[in-house]
Amino acid sequence: MSKELELLSSEVTAGNLTRREFMSRAAALGVAAAVASSILADAARADGHATPVAGGTLKMGIQGGESTNSQDPATWASDVPLAGGFCWGEPLVELNPDGSLNGLVAESWKGSADATVWRFKIRSGVMFSNGEEVTAEDVMQTMARHSNEESKSGALGIVQGIESMRTDGDVFEVTLGVGNADLPYLMADYHLIIQPNGGFDDVAAAIGTGPYTLETDEPGVRMMFKRRDDYWGGDQTVVAHYDAVELIVLNDATARTAALQSGQVDTINRVEPKIAKLLDRSPTIDVLSTSGRGHYVFIAHIDTAPFDNNELRLALKHALNRDEMVEKILQGYGSVGNDMPINAAYPLFDEAIPQREFNLEKAAEHYKKSGHDGSPIILRTADGAFPGAVDAAALFQQSAQAAGIPLEIKREPNDGYWSEVWNAQPFCCSYWGGRPVQDQMYTTAYLSTADWNDTRWKRPEFDAMLLEARAEIDEGKRKEIYSKMGRMLNEEGGLMVPMFNDFVDAMSTKVKGWEANPNGPQMYWKTSKYTWKA
Amino acid sequence: MHPILKLVAQRLALGALLLFAASALIFGLTEVLPGDAAQALLGQSATPENLANLREEMGLDRPAVTRYVEWLGGIVTGDLGNALTNKLPIAEQVSRRMSATLFLAFWAAIISVPLAILLGLIAVRYQNRWPDKLISGITLASISLPEFMISYILVFFFAVKLFWAPSFASVSPGMPLLAQLHAISLPVAVLTLVVLAHMMRMTRAAILNVMQSAYIETAELKGLTAFTVIRKHAFPNAIAPIVNVVMINLAYLVVGVVVVEVVFAYPGMGQYLVDAVVKRDVPVVLACGVIFAAVYIILNIVADVVSILANPRLRHPK
Repeated sequence: MSKELELLSSEVTAGNLTRREFMSRAAALGVAAAVASSILADAARADGHATPVAGGTLKMGIQGGESTNSQDPATWASDVPLAGGFCWGEPLVELNPDGSLNGLVAESWKGSADATVWRFKIRSGVMFSNGEEVTAEDVMQTMARHSNEESKSGALGIVQGIESMRTDGDVFEVTLGVGNADLPYLMADYHLIIQPNGGFDDVAAAIGTGPYTLETDEPGVRMMFKRRDDYWGGDQTVVAHYDAVELIVLNDATARTAALQSGQVDTINRVEPKIAKLLDRSPTIDVLSTSGRGHYVFIAHIDTAPFDNNELRLALKHALNRDEMVEKILQGYGSVGNDMPINAAYPLFDEAIPQREFNLEKAAEHYKKSGHDGSPIILRTADGAFPGAVDAAALFQQSAQAAGIPLEIKREPNDGYWSEVWNAQPFCCSYWGGRPVQDQMYTTAYLSTADWNDTRWKRPEFDAMLLEARAEIDEGKRKEIYSKMGRMLNEEGGLMVPMFNDFVDAMSTKVKGWEANPNGPQMYWKTSKYTWKA
Repeated sequence: MHPILKLVAQRLALGALLLFAASALIFGLTEVLPGDAAQALLGQSATPENLANLREEMGLDRPAVTRYVEWLGGIVTGDLGNALTNKLPIAEQVSRRMSATLFLAFWAAIISVPLAILLGLIAVRYQNRWPDKLISGITLASISLPEFMISYILVFFFAVKLFWAPSFASVSPGMPLLAQLHAISLPVAVLTLVVLAHMMRMTRAAILNVMQSAYIETAELKGLTAFTVIRKHAFPNAIAPIVNVVMINLAYLVVGVVVVEVVFAYPGMGQYLVDAVVKRDVPVVLACGVIFAAVYIILNIVADVVSILANPRLRHPK
């Protein structure tokens, strides 16, 4: 945030400036209305930051819960189980809004010079909700459960690089096959919640070290939590201020909005961009947008004709009108992408990489150079690929046709899209949720051997750079390597990133203490831990 | 054996056969759908390894026929089994969800059935005059609007603007009855509006049909009031078609309210079934499918029996 804006927003909270005046001055500074409004909301909330109030019930209306949900962290993929998981459980560390790490079950950690051996000191006096104290053994068993042969865990990719593990008193030690300077960041993954004996006894018991205990669990309907008295982080005046937390599954967007407007819930996630500005007009509701690392993509398999031709890929990339998509698909709640999966929300991002602009002449020129025979280029899309995917595909088709590229859309059913189309068809729409660090994002989808290499990006020199950066402790050198990798993908990759989407939440003005966390919506699901009701 | 008992026994046997056929059909169709539970559960985060592990754990690596026969063996002994996805016992989930669905359907039926029949009678009494036109107009308008539209309109006025009723129906086991009724007031109102027109129009049409008969003229000539004629002479003869329509609507209230459940986040059977289909959780889909089929079959048997009891002529088929 610029100094001027900071000053202006404090003027509003002090009562010297009206909201309307603030918005018009912010506009004069060239700030989009959506951004200005959330800056203002942040300022208003930060103002009450010093005096948390203990007590009350936080009711959250959340999209992303099904009757098939389980309390086994290995199976979590949607928002409701994740929000509930962070109520009853904790991983070794958590990600702060500024991108740094905060120790939870781990008190401190240290890596060897080549980043292959990592030692996590387990905090003493941390109790599971079953009354037992957490030991390094529990931590090791948790990692073992997620990484063993039978694992079906969503964190398998993260813990696979572990060569051996051992405990040494209150220290949990990990040895990696290849050094990884980011390992502590990976330990913040929501699947890796520490469970007694690693969850081997009962994976879905919901026993963890979190500030709340699970009282009622009705999958796909609601979860109810009660504050623990013996939480290691302190009492309700310090952290996790609520007496109780209720998570209500509200998958229907209109139902969610209505529940917030009628005061039945205090906060909701996934506000639809098209109604966000209208909702924000309500004096009792703030719309809070968080710029994150999630991005919407068009992905081409670069080993399949016609996408094996880089001139054609460049033609398509130049034909993308990114500003228009941010404006029309995200309604301004997002930022333009640059044909690589990394943006400024990542640590060690290189701001100097030039932004690719919408340029029909260049697109036409590259298309001509590609020598494509003029047969239709099929882009597959579905409503479920990402919100607004069908419209985005149509915008892409329009601008591509203006450059003479015969792009055609094939609409696929939502059902089965992730098994039949994504990572199977040569050109389709998709999304990525982003990862806490660049290494993890690249390892997940751009390493030659990655299972989710959905653009078939297989470059030995790229792999080598990724491994080199991973083990590099010097941040300056790492940043340089990542910059090279980003530029390489930008120039030659099969990945087209028109936009990075914001997380858009809405909250009653009664809830205080909110702070944007780029790792996810709802303060990366720590609303129950860090906010309070005034 | 009493002819009616015999008919019920026949119908029940046929119903059991139908249920078996329905379960085989549902199983076959879920097998035809692309992907399986393991794939649906892991979604975008599936890798060949964790897919294989999950399939083995769920038993999906075995042939389809084996799985179906096993399921059939379970259900015959009254065991619905466990869900593939979260391993919870299906019977427990189904009984909770089914009672929620029946609770909603019961109150919607208690209000809508008598109201529809009463409105039908009033419409006949004032045929082609303003009360008839008003009743028909309103009920036809409400059936013509999609359910979610009516829901949103009611939510907007009664929950967001007036704060009279909650916007979503959160019912938990320990709640007092009055609080529960308050919680489901809007979904009940929507369901009532949706099923009213069909039953009301059928009542009106059936009675008008009977009103043409000679014995109605006789009753009128005897000097009975118009309403008594309808109530005592026309209505009993019009019961059969009305009962059929009422039963169809009752079945709809039990099995067809997915949209209303979604809009009001009501934890009923419809939502459970939809989740299970999306995640390819075949045992749950089968359990829900068979229960829905059973509801239809039983309500149809009831409709037939009531029509026969009400109209002796039907007891002696030619």
